[in-house]
Amino acid sequence: MTLVLDPRHASAIRRHGEADYPAEACGLIGGAVEGDQKITVQVVPLVNRRTDSARNRYLIDPDSFRHGEERLERDGLEVIGVYHSHPDHPAVPSAFDREHAWPRLSYVIVGVSRGNATELKSWVLADDRGSFEEEQITNEERKAVWQ
Amino acid sequence: MAVTILIPTPLRPFVGGRDALELEGTSVGELLERLTGEHATLRPHLFADDGRLRNFVNVYVNDRDIRQLAQRDTPVKPGDTVSIIPSIAGGAAASVGAPHAAPLPSNAAPAPVLSHEEILRYSRHLILPDVGLEGQKKLKAARVLLVGAGGLGSPAALYLTAAGVGTIGLVDFDVVDKTNLQRQILHGTSTVGTSKLESAAARIHDLNPNVRVEPFETRLTSENALDIIREFDVVADGTDNFPTRYLVNDACVLLDKPNVYGSIFRFEGQASVFHATRGPCYRCLYSEPPPPGLVPSCAEGGVLGVLPGIIGSIQAMETIKLILGVGEPLIGRLVLFDALKLQFRELKLEKDPDCPVCGSHPTITAPIDYEAFCGIGAEPTYDGVEISAQDLKDEWSQNPDLVVIDVREPHEYEITHIDGARLIPLGELPDRLGELDGHKEIVTHCHHGARSLKALEILKAAGFSKVRSLRGGIDAWAVNVDRSLPRY
Repeated sequence: MTLVLDPRHASAIRRHGEADYPAEACGLIGGAVEGDQKITVQVVPLVNRRTDSARNRYLIDPDSFRHGEERLERDGLEVIGVYHSHPDHPAVPSAFDREHAWPRLSYVIVGVSRGNATELKSWVLADDRGSFEEEQITNEERKAVWQ
Repeated sequence: MAVTILIPTPLRPFVGGRDALELEGTSVGELLERLTGEHATLRPHLFADDGRLRNFVNVYVNDRDIRQLAQRDTPVKPGDTVSIIPSIAGGAAASVGAPHAAPLPSNAAPAPVLSHEEILRYSRHLILPDVGLEGQKKLKAARVLLVGAGGLGSPAALYLTAAGVGTIGLVDFDVVDKTNLQRQILHGTSTVGTSKLESAAARIHDLNPNVRVEPFETRLTSENALDIIREFDVVADGTDNFPTRYLVNDACVLLDKPNVYGSIFRFEGQASVFHATRGPCYRCLYSEPPPPGLVPSCAEGGVLGVLPGIIGSIQAMETIKLILGVGEPLIGRLVLFDALKLQFRELKLEKDPDCPVCGSHPTITAPIDYEAFCGIGAEPTYDGVEISAQDLKDEWSQNPDLVVIDVREPHEYEITHIDGARLIPLGELPDRLGELDGHKEIVTHCHHGARSLKALEILKAAGFSKVRSLRGGIDAWAVNVDRSLPRY
């Protein structure tokens, strides 16, 4: 699968990560699955429900998830992924991310270094839950990937 | 009447894509056992190895969380709705008490796996102690952006591809031209006329199908540079013009990316690695671009075809060293290569504390207007002083007294020339003005029309008034007037 994320959505995720720094920012990615592409249509920023250690943890509680999902469903969309920021850490899933991951969803992580968003990567949990695999991100303007 | 179980999006692929199932049961626990019994692949996502419901899996009966009811023993009756609702958790560091994972360097993805084909392909790397399996995986995880798929970009792309760099981004908007083939070995005769990116992607794929190409068929601009460069670990600059070179430099400084620099001219080349957090940047070396027109491009000045092969290969080498983290990178050093003497020299580069982009008080905090910075927009306009090839032909046939002066070099004149034109190389023109008759119409020409404008300025300054310059030079003449002439 490839995640289609246009620069507008990528920059919304980056800005959210920068705004909430040094806490972790999180949100849902809404869109549709078409063939082997997950196409982002909307990004839903949510409040990080972890207040105890928000610098290195985030939580989207079931109520927030449900409300976010309902909002997307009204627009005919589904949750295709989740994003969160890694303040002063690379955009690579931690063991904690993996233990708590849902299958099939794109886990977009943006690194935020000293308040500035850096790399943005997407990851998908392997079906055996043993590892995260990096998922290709593309955007509509750059759709043509010659292989 | 059964109980309805609502399945959240991420789990639907495990139940045949359905969003709801009807099952019989009297308790939540019984329903979930039945559900995971029928759809075994779902089980590990709901239950931990010890059989407990995973803590991020929330189960609601109608609108109530079973944690507030009787957990798995919560009774259900026909007509109830049981919802599985995700909570999503995660975070940067390992959980407290668990073994602490050291932060990975920014370009390190979790180690990708090498196929048998890749292991065979990279075997000469794998047996090198400084590369090995670990290094090869770093290469596979790496993302390198090449700005320019031309002279320098060609060898760099080929060697990075062969070395197994996982993702190569290419920025170029040009079309393969026959004059490129003398040095741009990424392209071939069969791809003349096609886009450089398409040509490059095909060659890269043929050399190593494991490499993913991300094409950006655009000019790198102040608007798109940060978005494009941000997605890569290392940038190799193979640009042929100053505005783009300063743009690449500034964007790399702003994003904290290493910029592997190379440039070439005629028989000489330069290379360095600019990484502002570890050393100087391009602006520390050259704070200002040269005045426009002073330094000719390869198209104007020529270049020995092998030279970009050497400098571009140095760029590929430095890029690979940065990815592997081995050796001493070319940071803070400028390598100068002289092909005629076959001599490498090395200059030490210091960081400029007053550098406007990487110094202690930077004034450039976002990309600027690089065309203006390099004085390109400020070029004088030449309206009315140029003449097209067709007009020159017509006027010349009406007025045989018209004087056409070829201001190119004698070796260019030998390649091809316009019959009847008089050779006075630009450099000799100021000393040979006495040979010209100021009463006659004069038209200057060169290869593409740039040098002849300089000749025109010299003539005007010397008092010649009836002077014009052939727009497009002898190349336009060869295309529009005399097709028997070769183009070069």
